[in-house]
Amino acid sequence: MNANVPEIHISQAQLQPEQEPPSGQRPAEESAIRRFLLSRGNSAIADRGFSWLMLLCALSIFGIVVLIAAELVQRSHLAWSNFGFDFFFSRFNNPITGRPNYWDPVNGHFSALPFIYGTLVSSFLALLLAVPLAIGVAVYLTEMCPQVLRGPLAFLTELLAAIPSVIYGLWAMFILVPLLREHVNPLLIRVLGWTGFFATDNPTGLGFLAAGVILAIMILPIISSLTREVMTAVPHSQREAVLALGATRWEMIRMGVLRNARIGIVGAIILGLGRALGETMAVTMVIGNAPEIRRSLLSNGSTMASVIANEFAEASSDLHLSALIEIALALFIVTIIVNALAQLLVWAVTRGAPARVN
Amino acid sequence: MGVGIEVSNLNAWYGSNHSLQDINLNIPGNHATALIGPSGCGKSTFVRCLNRMHETNPIARVTGTVRIGDLDIYEDCTPVEIRRRVGMVFQRPNPFPTMSIYENVCAGLKLNGYSHVHALDEIVEKSLRDSALWDEVKDELKKKSGASLSGGQQQRLCIARALAVDPEVILMDEPASALDPVSTAKIEDLIFQLKSQYTIVIVTHNMQQAARVAEKTGFFLNGRMVEFDSTHKIFTNPSDKRTEDYITGRFG
Amino acid sequence: MGVKAGEHNLRSKVRTVIDGAATGLAVLATVLVVTPLVAIFVYLIYKGASSLSFSFFTQIPKPEGEPGGGMANAIVGSGVLLAISSAIGIPIGTGGGIYLAEYGRGTKLANMVRFTADVLNGIPSIVMGLAIYSLIVYRQQHFSAFSGGVALGIMMIPTVTRTTEEMLLMVPQAVREAALALGVPNWRSVISITVKTASPGIITGCMLAFARVAGETAPLIFTAFGNSNWSVNPNQAISALPLQIYIYAISPYDDLHRLAWAGALVLIVLIVAAVSLVRYVTSRGVLKGAS
Repeated sequence: MNANVPEIHISQAQLQPEQEPPSGQRPAEESAIRRFLLSRGNSAIADRGFSWLMLLCALSIFGIVVLIAAELVQRSHLAWSNFGFDFFFSRFNNPITGRPNYWDPVNGHFSALPFIYGTLVSSFLALLLAVPLAIGVAVYLTEMCPQVLRGPLAFLTELLAAIPSVIYGLWAMFILVPLLREHVNPLLIRVLGWTGFFATDNPTGLGFLAAGVILAIMILPIISSLTREVMTAVPHSQREAVLALGATRWEMIRMGVLRNARIGIVGAIILGLGRALGETMAVTMVIGNAPEIRRSLLSNGSTMASVIANEFAEASSDLHLSALIEIALALFIVTIIVNALAQLLVWAVTRGAPARVN
Repeated sequence: MGVGIEVSNLNAWYGSNHSLQDINLNIPGNHATALIGPSGCGKSTFVRCLNRMHETNPIARVTGTVRIGDLDIYEDCTPVEIRRRVGMVFQRPNPFPTMSIYENVCAGLKLNGYSHVHALDEIVEKSLRDSALWDEVKDELKKKSGASLSGGQQQRLCIARALAVDPEVILMDEPASALDPVSTAKIEDLIFQLKSQYTIVIVTHNMQQAARVAEKTGFFLNGRMVEFDSTHKIFTNPSDKRTEDYITGRFG
Repeated sequence: MGVKAGEHNLRSKVRTVIDGAATGLAVLATVLVVTPLVAIFVYLIYKGASSLSFSFFTQIPKPEGEPGGGMANAIVGSGVLLAISSAIGIPIGTGGGIYLAEYGRGTKLANMVRFTADVLNGIPSIVMGLAIYSLIVYRQQHFSAFSGGVALGIMMIPTVTRTTEEMLLMVPQAVREAALALGVPNWRSVISITVKTASPGIITGCMLAFARVAGETAPLIFTAFGNSNWSVNPNQAISALPLQIYIYAISPYDDLHRLAWAGALVLIVLIVAAVSLVRYVTSRGVLKGAS
């Protein structure tokens, strides 16, 4: 067979394939290298040891969570066996005054109802205040903001997330609460007092409203940054398609971005909720710490996290301690579920890109 | 001195994909051997089987024998040991980004515990000279990072790195395909000079390159080795029609 | 004809107005968000700076009611606690991240570990403090810096793990292959090549975790407990800056309130410095050479 290979040039050296190649000059040193490397062994033991060590670190994460859960379950057993599910739902009445008395360390009656109520009210109030603002900020930063401002503003929201809870609490105690007490609350009572949500019996400025406001400020950066992430994950083609139909910028945002990202935004909100549920220090400092259920947002209350922080040091009996630990266990379980749900929703939109939450 | 490679009944799978089927060939020592074939024909897989690099993929499986010199690389030693005797140069230059040029060249020695620091200077210089990079970098060995060189220089750095551990075989997986023609010519000249001291196996889809540098050439197609003969014969008078079709450009 | 055009114009105008309103609302939201931040900072500086003095950094608190004193022991205490927590959190977190990226990539076990790390991250800090109280303090029958350090260290783990894994995954496979092809054992390649290439990012992650736990109070309430005297003994109760701020803030004395503000200013400056540094390192390109 004669192949037609016009382009290939066979160099001269190739034409004598039988020629013995010249032996290379090798200084004695190099064979020393070869000898050295051959003597090194195969490091199989070191390899296996190292990989086991890394596995151990990974498994210890697992072990830590299991240990924490087990300890909480075990130490809340006393309260659980005493009260069962009633712990969360029942109402006690003080036999003398006839008024509800949920949390009575003296007489050994413990119901967590006021704390659940307080947690839910403060968290949902925080969401109510934070979500519109967070989405507004996210929309502004992602779609409307001039490029120059984007970096600094994003950095500012990141800073908000980094401020410790106790500093928020400090500011809330000495700035926010007096503000509410002097200016905001009287206004709310005058204008909205008829709804029953703003009563006059607590002139301190502490209470659910104060807790809700400071919580809102605290969860805002989380919701906002996660919303920004899911919004940026929406492909540009979606935006362009809507714009090509002649939409205004807001319409493009509404139909092209928010609609596609809405699952992720719900996830961001739920993540914010998860953070609000477990928040302790700032809430403890402004909520008034009264284990009561009141309709008025201006009255003192208590959350699951704040009662633990307040009463633990003075827990008188084993039952008291166990009741507090049972509240912690409930908080543990609820936040796991809420966070898992949020992660799932965010992942569904960003499709596996790691969600970076401060 | 380079040693010959003897491959018998080599089969390779990636999961259920039978990528190499019944490969048999003898690669001569101290020569350059080229492996050509269309994309996906298995030549890269084959070359990775020669230093057990295919095992970095957890679903890879191999049967058959590969003897380098008198060593059965699958039975007689571990992957780590064979890779110290068989060097590899990759398609895209991959110098270590956190290391200087000097550190890159002696990386293979230092990471394996070589502690004779005083000898390293000579080793680095010799390796860089052998890879035709010495003159261009000799003043900035420790100051410049490996990643700050040009593409062609990086590839020669990788060759120097492979040479520093004094291998017996050097495997090159399309070493010049990511480079410009000038760098490619330099690399080919390099191979020409190195093959007298090492056994070189070079995968290429550039037939002219194979003709320029290699004494023997093997043609791979669909996981099989169709023909293995002297380069001259492959390119002027191939025995198999499929080889002829490939080199005349009918496919691939 | 004219009517239709008129309608069209009206609708156009309405849409334009809505567009403008939406923009306005978004800007308003941003302003409303930035305002409290600025307000907090301004007030912190205003209130805190006036109470900062040399004695703040060198003295321990005076008995209640007496003027003067400082939070020196709290600052030192925080240092001790953070040292213990870093010694626990960084090795475990880095090891976990290395496992997820280099050894267990794609396996079911790795997914479970990652999920568990996220669960750990979401545990409220008060619950964490309570659990450590139960596990360590109750059994030892005394508060200790060690237990506080353990609580904080555990809280560092998820952040360090996640960042380490992310940074390691960004190292190109080609770099790993280059090391393996030289006959470098896998463990050596992971440490000296892969981890080293990703180290700027990994260190950033550690700093982030550090900054986060530096401000934590709740886990320390039942573990480190606080101490109004000098103490660096890991087996004793110890003071910490955020914890001391809390205790002073809820006390009835104005003097202590002023100290709380000063402490808050110190704390916020440290944290902002850490976060800014992290931001700076990240924005300059964490993996300078690897791509």
